[in-house]
Amino acid sequence: MSANARAPLAHHFDSFDQQRESASLGMWTFLLTEMMFFGGLFIAYIVYRWSYPEVFIAGSRSLDIVLGTVNTGILIFSSLTMALAVRSAQLSRSRTTVFFLLATIVLGAAFLGIKTVEYHDKFVHHHLPGQPGFHLAGAPDQAHAQMFFVLYFAMTGLHALHMIIGAGLLGVMTVMAARGRFSADNHNAIECTGLYWHFVDIVWIFLFPLLYLVGRHG
Amino acid sequence: MSGPSVHVVPVRIYLTIFVTLLALTAVTTAAAFVDMGPLGNLVAMAIASFKATLVILFFMHVRYSTKLTSLVVTAGLLWLAILIALTLTDYFTRGWLGVPGH
Repeated sequence: MSANARAPLAHHFDSFDQQRESASLGMWTFLLTEMMFFGGLFIAYIVYRWSYPEVFIAGSRSLDIVLGTVNTGILIFSSLTMALAVRSAQLSRSRTTVFFLLATIVLGAAFLGIKTVEYHDKFVHHHLPGQPGFHLAGAPDQAHAQMFFVLYFAMTGLHALHMIIGAGLLGVMTVMAARGRFSADNHNAIECTGLYWHFVDIVWIFLFPLLYLVGRHG
Repeated sequence: MSGPSVHVVPVRIYLTIFVTLLALTAVTTAAAFVDMGPLGNLVAMAIASFKATLVILFFMHVRYSTKLTSLVVTAGLLWLAILIALTLTDYFTRGWLGVPGH
């Protein structure tokens, strides 16, 4: 048994239960640092929006609400396939696990593809901060308007970077699943990857209303 | 050595959470087109927080985890709240008192 279909219990753990709990607790600790990291950006957002509300309304209205909403749905869908992949791993169903992992990767790629289209639009419409000829219609102050897009690119860019890292991890998990490495005893790797993917989904759940849904009425 | 006691969540629960999340996305988008004044922000953040809670409890298995994991997650959210609240007590109150020469 070279490929450890029954991955061994690490010697410093008493049971697989304890080993699993330690793994997810460690992952959660890492995710809390991620939360504080994104928290700083959210504070920057709140402070600037508090200072220049009109600019944020104009900036938000310039974003494509249809693409934003569709992307939110795609990311939520990818969280579902991720959860189902972990569930299949718990049940030692390698083929189903591989299927759901690949589905998650495809959905993640679709999200990034749509994001690329949106970024391209910003470039075409001179909405890149610092871009020569930057102009945001409806914004009283163009300098402050650039600040909205600085935050937009910083927040969505870091989110996209997390998704790219997540997709890489999903690729590794796919190989592990195909080799039958996951079981009820030991599926820590895919469980932790799932936690990471869902965390990235949660960040977007907050980014979507904050960036796309400001001042849409009237 | 104890056998595996991992909690396998029924597919039905995952699907229910998924449909609820999609519905709430539709609700928050629709609500953005209704003029609710400053309440609009509150509604948008309340919906987002509820969605995040569903993801944490079910997709991230915190509902089925040990008390220690729940405690760590709650403590983390508390620290995030402190980070945001205390920073904003500064920025939101800067205009309250006139500063000479400003």
